[in-house]
Amino acid sequence: MPAKGVLRCSDRDAALPQTIGMLRSFGRILVLLALLVLEVPAILLAGLMLLLTFGMGVVFLFPPQVMMVRRLAELNRRLMRTWTDIEIEPPYLPKPPPPVPQPDGMYRSDRTLYKTPRIPAWNNRWKWLLSDPGSWRDLLWLALDAVVKPLLVPLFIVLPARGLRLYAQWSELLLGATTASRLAGQVSHLKRTRNLANDSQAAEMRRIERDLHDGTQARLVAIGMTLGAVEELVDRDPTAAKALLAKVRDASSETLTELRRVIRGIHPPVLAERGLADAIRALAMDSPMDVTVDIDLAHRPDAPVEAAVYFAVSELLSNAARHGNARKATVDISANGPHLRISVADDGMGGADPSKGTGLSGIERRLAAFDGVLALNSPPGGPTTVTMELPRVLPEHWAGELNKMPRWKTVAVVMLWATAWCPTMPQGVVAGVFKVVGFEEKAWFLALHLPEVWQWPTILGMITVGLIMHVLAIRIPAAHNRERLLAGKPVAKVLC
Amino acid sequence: MKNRVLVAEDLYLLRDGLVHLLQAHGFMVVAAVESGPELLKGLVELRPDVSIVDVRLPPTFTDEGLKAALAAREKVPGLPVLVLSQHVEQLYARELLADGSGGIGYLLKDRVFNAEQFVDAVRRVAEGGTAMDPEVIAKLLASNARDEPLAALTPREREVLEAMAEGRSNAAISQRLFLSESAVAKHTASIFAKLGLAPSDDDNRRVLAVLAYLNSR
Repeated sequence: MPAKGVLRCSDRDAALPQTIGMLRSFGRILVLLALLVLEVPAILLAGLMLLLTFGMGVVFLFPPQVMMVRRLAELNRRLMRTWTDIEIEPPYLPKPPPPVPQPDGMYRSDRTLYKTPRIPAWNNRWKWLLSDPGSWRDLLWLALDAVVKPLLVPLFIVLPARGLRLYAQWSELLLGATTASRLAGQVSHLKRTRNLANDSQAAEMRRIERDLHDGTQARLVAIGMTLGAVEELVDRDPTAAKALLAKVRDASSETLTELRRVIRGIHPPVLAERGLADAIRALAMDSPMDVTVDIDLAHRPDAPVEAAVYFAVSELLSNAARHGNARKATVDISANGPHLRISVADDGMGGADPSKGTGLSGIERRLAAFDGVLALNSPPGGPTTVTMELPRVLPEHWAGELNKMPRWKTVAVVMLWATAWCPTMPQGVVAGVFKVVGFEEKAWFLALHLPEVWQWPTILGMITVGLIMHVLAIRIPAAHNRERLLAGKPVAKVLC
Repeated sequence: MKNRVLVAEDLYLLRDGLVHLLQAHGFMVVAAVESGPELLKGLVELRPDVSIVDVRLPPTFTDEGLKAALAAREKVPGLPVLVLSQHVEQLYARELLADGSGGIGYLLKDRVFNAEQFVDAVRRVAEGGTAMDPEVIAKLLASNARDEPLAALTPREREVLEAMAEGRSNAAISQRLFLSESAVAKHTASIFAKLGLAPSDDDNRRVLAVLAYLNSR
């Protein structure tokens, strides 16, 4: 909790905690000032390293310099986060990916080929640190911080809590995330999840291809060959032909069974026919466990989401029955605003480990395509609970959460649009025209009724007020939408 | 003789094949339709002695046929319907059996390959009996694997139970398992005692009791 407000003598009961809060603020300020002992040498060292890097070409000093400044900046962010309610997000661009060898096994960096990835990786890192505006903003912050802190000392003494907040705001100004860094973070996150989704889809396709190739196709070839034999036999030995035909019938029946299994793995028919809720119920019925299903969804989610959830639940239930030896399980699917939450719990012996076996990591890969996360709680001895959340996969209007501004903002915008014309046009521009032309008519134009000296200032004031109102009417919804866009940043990290 | 039959299937080849097969076995096909709305209209207006219905039908290609069959049975209780599908689900079987009035069949489409058995199933449904696909029964039993009374059955009793749940009469069971009819009767009595069900001489009611028992678990 940030300590806010000033000590008031009338408030005796609140006096003690407030005094403690104030003392705590003083302690924090002392720590901040003490940090100058670290910061000032760091500034000198950083300056020297930069000079050597760019003046004398000692390029390998640059990365340690940036990392040193980043560490100090990170310390400051952490302190501000714990001491005030101001959350300063790190603004750094995502790390460059490790170098990928070419087909001939060499690593390429610009126009040079290397045998080991070390030098290309170092080059990438150097470019990353150099081109990240965050590096230079950190440096600027560090240099100015040594001045800002002493300047704030009077405020620190008089209003310690206020002073701390002001200091946090100053830090946020240079250390906080920028729109560009947030977008860069989103892009790299999307790239990663897209690759994961592509990989898992390609793996699925290969599995289906294998199933069809080894199973169905081979069986159809066998049926065709047997039919050829029947054709030859039918005149010579009708009894043998008949026996072969019976075999063909059995083979076609087996092929159908096989095909049904493959189809179930691609997209289960119940899911296509009935949707998620009934498909999960059908799963529960087929399970040897006693499964309770509770699904609370107003509508069907998108087909890919349904499929991902279905396969996840199917895998978890079969794990619980096969490895956990569970007798009872519950499946709970509900909407939490636009987020879809799925929980599967069983009374098995627990001890599930995502690193063993591919089941859980397969589910994670599938969910990653939707930014989904999976939390596993499975102590040895059970019970096991798996909770999955898919953020923003349901249409937002389900939760009544349209692209909506708070009511006061909407009212303000409507009022602004309804009234802004009045000062701008009649009271401002039209009155001005009347005055320029020298019209006798005063009508309801306020400025023309005033003494001569006040007429022009009033007209110009009216136009200014009107224009400000128009700008506000446009800015408020625009700013709101921008906030919404930025709020859509990746939720939690993907567990893969 | 109950032989007025309605066929609902969207694939022309299969529909035509079914019509020929049924006509060859003495049935009279009163209508062969290819969509859900047509099917519902046909079921309610023509009241066929038995209908053969594909689950997936136009216009939505989801469970149109099943829905039409259930809706028609709500209007005309006990209207015999044999549902065919490329896959079988316990969920659908339960929905079909839910009203407990019999005259219900639920088979995989492959069962049409064996004309004798298929026609036998159609006749059974037309007479108010049941015809459940062996795969449905296998799934039912698998999902009840941990049920104690079921685990107490001997392998032979289990076989009899499976055949009975499919909707077969004592005579048919004895033929299939190469047992005498009296032996089958003895096994069924023992099964009913182990599962705690009230014994019944009526074949059909007996089957429904077994299915209800399996479904309730």
